[in-house]
Amino acid sequence: MTTDKVISVRDLTKQFGAFTAVDHITFDVLKGEIFGFLGANGAGKTTAMRMLCGLSFPTSGQATVAGFDLFRDPEKIKKRIGYMSQKFSLYEDLQIRENIRFYGGIYGLTDQQIKTKMEFLLHQLKLEDKATTLVRSLPLGWKQKLSFSVAMLHEPQIIFLDEPTGGVDPITRREFWNLIYQAAANGTTVFVTTHYMDEAEYCNRVSIMVDGRIDALGSPDELKKKFNATDMGQVFLQLARKAVRSAD
Amino acid sequence: MPAVVVNHIAKTFKAEKATVTALNDVSFEAEQGELFGIIGPDGAGKTTLFRILTTLMIADKGNATVDGFDVVKDFKEIRKRVGYMPGKFSLYQDLTVSENLAFFATLFNTSIEENYDLVKGIYSQIEKFKDRKAGALSGGMKQKLALSCALIHKPSVLFLDEPTTGVDAVSRKEFWELLRDLQKQKITIIVSTPYMDEAGLCDRVALIQEGKILDIDSPTGITKKFGKPLWAFKADNMYQLMTDLLAMPEVLSVYSFGSEHHVMFHDPNQSTDPITKKLAYQNLSVRRIEPTIEDCFMDLMKSK
Amino acid sequence: MPPVQQKTRQQTKMKQFIYFIRKEFFHLWRDKRTLFILFGMPLMQILIFGFALTNEVKNAKIGILDNSKDEMTTEIINELEASRYFDIEENIHSNADLEKAFQSGRIKMAVVFPDRFQDELMHTNKAPIQLIGDATDPNVANTLINYASAIILDYQEHMKGFQQYPYTINSEVRMLYNPQMKGSYNFVPGVMAMVLMLVCAMMTSISIVREKEMGTMEVILVSPIVPIRVVIAKMVPYFLLSSVNIASILLLSVFVLEVPIQGNLVLLVSECLLFTVTVLALGLLISSVAGSQQVAMLISLMGLFLPTVMLSGFMFPVENMPIPLQVISNIVPAKWFYYIVKNIMIKGLGFTYVWKETLILLGMTVFFMVVSVKRFKTRLE
Repeated sequence: MTTDKVISVRDLTKQFGAFTAVDHITFDVLKGEIFGFLGANGAGKTTAMRMLCGLSFPTSGQATVAGFDLFRDPEKIKKRIGYMSQKFSLYEDLQIRENIRFYGGIYGLTDQQIKTKMEFLLHQLKLEDKATTLVRSLPLGWKQKLSFSVAMLHEPQIIFLDEPTGGVDPITRREFWNLIYQAAANGTTVFVTTHYMDEAEYCNRVSIMVDGRIDALGSPDELKKKFNATDMGQVFLQLARKAVRSAD
Repeated sequence: MPAVVVNHIAKTFKAEKATVTALNDVSFEAEQGELFGIIGPDGAGKTTLFRILTTLMIADKGNATVDGFDVVKDFKEIRKRVGYMPGKFSLYQDLTVSENLAFFATLFNTSIEENYDLVKGIYSQIEKFKDRKAGALSGGMKQKLALSCALIHKPSVLFLDEPTTGVDAVSRKEFWELLRDLQKQKITIIVSTPYMDEAGLCDRVALIQEGKILDIDSPTGITKKFGKPLWAFKADNMYQLMTDLLAMPEVLSVYSFGSEHHVMFHDPNQSTDPITKKLAYQNLSVRRIEPTIEDCFMDLMKSK
Repeated sequence: MPPVQQKTRQQTKMKQFIYFIRKEFFHLWRDKRTLFILFGMPLMQILIFGFALTNEVKNAKIGILDNSKDEMTTEIINELEASRYFDIEENIHSNADLEKAFQSGRIKMAVVFPDRFQDELMHTNKAPIQLIGDATDPNVANTLINYASAIILDYQEHMKGFQQYPYTINSEVRMLYNPQMKGSYNFVPGVMAMVLMLVCAMMTSISIVREKEMGTMEVILVSPIVPIRVVIAKMVPYFLLSSVNIASILLLSVFVLEVPIQGNLVLLVSECLLFTVTVLALGLLISSVAGSQQVAMLISLMGLFLPTVMLSGFMFPVENMPIPLQVISNIVPAKWFYYIVKNIMIKGLGFTYVWKETLILLGMTVFFMVVSVKRFKTRLE
């Protein structure tokens, strides 16, 4: 992990009419970091993430992602990032290798690159003999791991993960995090949101959003000390309880 | 008489080109007034099980009774007396809170007033929104409304299918407190959840994975059965620690649990001293711990 | 059980049913966009069909190639110009120009007078006029040729004043029931059928399937309500909506389009309501096979709406279709409805003339209901 900033956000705001979903958030993410982006439902996490991915235009503020300005060059940003969520998955009625070929093509990889990547991916996930299986027939845990690997096909600088381990069995969850660790060790910055508080501990640093603002930012150890808590779950509950929005 | 009896239930689905076994020989019993948890990840078969018990599906094999009534032959009786809250809380988005509640009350040939005491504790938390459309409520509010609607006819057994999924941590906690309060009304509550930590809040739980029951017992009963010593390892560089531990021949398994790694050795009598000597770490700490439900779940997953 | 308690049980069951209907009304009423379509569409259709669309041809652009340019041709040309059917777009001067005029689409028909038309007629008692029609639209061409022929024949009658022929046959034409040959007479029953089909079948099936999709159907099934009541409660709002639509269509037809109701109004309305129930039952049937709202909509449009438009007889005469299609048209409920309404509304006939068709509709209704009830799943699979 270096001190290079891959994401730099200043006073980023998103308003929908009179409703301020994201309220002047400011933070940086360093290269190779595993950055946990937490918050209750409705706190503004998803909106913030969509802005950083170039999917939604901010109302005001500044942001630089992967070296490009969010307002001026959102398309250049999209080339350098990957995205995976619990809801977005692969095409269920296509085979594994068909999915890989498809996404490889979309990400602009050459045929040779796709071929190499496919072999590597199938080997890493131990799916060599399942290349022609329909994604639909895979157990959920395998689908998630596969989605992650496909999102990494084009070797993005930053990968955004939106609740990637929801509903998955505990062993697969940890295997998934091993993939995250490996990616981070290889220099990919990981920006992840999750509802599992123990996963918050795996991050280098964590931010917690409440009512559209960032109410806490720091490493898990720092936050636990600051809020006098034994685990991140307690930190989260303390902050979330104060929220106005989740009581609504 | 147990409130719910499940006897060797099996159910398979035929999708295109594939047969999925949703439930494979599932059996358990829940006593009257018990808070019984079905704990397992997505795809374990929880929803299928609930649908069979609420008479919405028929099992391929086995039988089951709810309140003494057979789920196939006496389904009409069961439908009069159970409360059901399916996943994603099925509410009418374009009806208001009070309209939803009134509708479900009359659906069961009762009225809101008749059983108001039962839902008062829950409904009072959302009462100020009673004229708001259900679609405009937050996740936590929807959850409470759905629970009220399932309770309004004073069911004898309540089936809640993943009521805390997709809801924030604060609401989750509040919801379970509501359930414990409900138990005092002598309603049997069968709840399913993928969150292992919620298992500890139940009287008894059934751990389920890929259609099979891994174990049934009270939470403490399950952890007691673990039988093997469990150690929590902690250091400054957790990723490095895990890699090193996995490379050691004495180590059986290493699983990350937040800020610690849970470690098991092949030899139950293994002492940790030689292990720590091999690891030259900043702030390495080791302590013996009691297993959590999650530890037990993973152990059972592997052995089956 | 003492009678008082029994009554209460009945009362609560009724209340359950009424509440269900109330809920369905809420859904209907609060979906303002769909409501607008369901109310507004029939009115729009009536107005469009009544005023804008018509099979009649008016002000068709024609060309004249007058090689003779004598008194008679001039008179005939004047007659043509005077009629509201034709608009003389241009006078053509050569055959080559004629072809160009057709190719460019400037004219739909041409009237060609040969050289020395009047002379020839006077001396040989015979003279041809050539009528050339643009048959890329055969119906229009046919109509134009017919109009033109009629005008020319009319002129010929006139000419009888100059010449005497023995043994002439006069065709006296009378158009019954619709002497002005207004297209709207035809369209009103057709539009009614279309609208009812859309509202009742499609919306009912969508409403039921939506409940399945949202997941609330699960919760409803796990309750004491008898599933049939669920289904009937869902049909009630659309039945009432259709009644309003029928009323508004009839009012519009009579007062705005001036299509009279010759027959018994009560009979007409009863038949309309019967058809409504037929189509509602059809909607029920669709919902029992459709897995999603999109499928329900697709089936309604392709399987019902389209055949109604094409095979019920109101756009294209069924008698002209090949035999297999004629047979198929018999299972389209709208065909029988169209027949009934036409007979009552335009011809003013009574029940004795439509009882067979009414019976057929009734039979279809019963059939659809029975099949749907059998297919209604009290479980999820």
